[in-house]
Amino acid sequence: MKFGVVTFPGSNCDYDAYSAIKLLGEKVEFLWHQSAELNGCEAIVLPGGFSYGDYLRSGAIARFSPIIKSVIRFAENGGLVIGICNGFQVLVESGLLPGALLRNKHLRFSCKFVYLRVEQTVCPFTEGCTRGEILKIPIAHKDGNYYNFQGELDELKKNNQIVFRYCDKNGNITMESNPNGSMDNIAGICNLDGNVVGMMPHPERAVEDILGSRDGIKIFQSVVGHFKKSVELEKA
Amino acid sequence: MKNKKAVVYVRLKEGVLDPQGLTIHKAILNMGYDMVSSVRSGRFFELEVVSSNGRVESKVEEICSKLLANPVIENFSVEYEE
Repeated sequence: MKFGVVTFPGSNCDYDAYSAIKLLGEKVEFLWHQSAELNGCEAIVLPGGFSYGDYLRSGAIARFSPIIKSVIRFAENGGLVIGICNGFQVLVESGLLPGALLRNKHLRFSCKFVYLRVEQTVCPFTEGCTRGEILKIPIAHKDGNYYNFQGELDELKKNNQIVFRYCDKNGNITMESNPNGSMDNIAGICNLDGNVVGMMPHPERAVEDILGSRDGIKIFQSVVGHFKKSVELEKA
Repeated sequence: MKNKKAVVYVRLKEGVLDPQGLTIHKAILNMGYDMVSSVRSGRFFELEVVSSNGRVESKVEEICSKLLANPVIENFSVEYEE
């Protein structure tokens, strides 16, 4: 399977994502923001960082880059896309995912390990997890406060689009375990079809024991497993 | 060709939490100005616009709704100066 990691000016987790995918033994290449070519990549990673200096709003300028136009077309045709942190912000700004990411409620940049509860395992990026599984993955952001108006939030719940929620280490969804004020402790969501996922925590930073956790690798393993299964099905 | 200045105000929608506004409000109260009952923060932009036919308003609106404001959380208004 071949991954493409998009590099914007100001991306700073592109190499982490690249090496996480390498660790799995899959192919990966960088995609430059000024190019519109996805080079046959079968999954796209929009990495963390501060694309275009976070000018205007986080992700607002990146959304109009040539590569994102191609990523939007790719996603609309069912292509696998994951946005991590700043990548999640780009996905909500581009309209591929609903809602918005506001300034953290406490106004501080927050960089620490958090616990996530996997809320659904039907999307390709969590297929290899079990529902209710607790993952230890770090966050590092200032604009991660998920917001949506009530009607659309209800839709997200009804359609099973909430993928990750912040929890304590026993899996309880509590106010104390919410690091940024996100509605309903939302840490990650997907689109209706499940092929586009956005999450504030950084799975690519939790892929080896030396990093403090290897729970993040499951996200990448899941999507690789999903992809290989679908290729098998096509052959059969 | 005529030059116009479009002044764009972007405000958070009612009900959207504005922690920056709240923090600024707290500072104002700490300064002793207790007649201020609330603060909401926002942004404004000045766009110098060249128009050949005078009809730029709808294009400026497009720029606002696509880029300058995020319609999920923000409203905008535009004022023109000749």
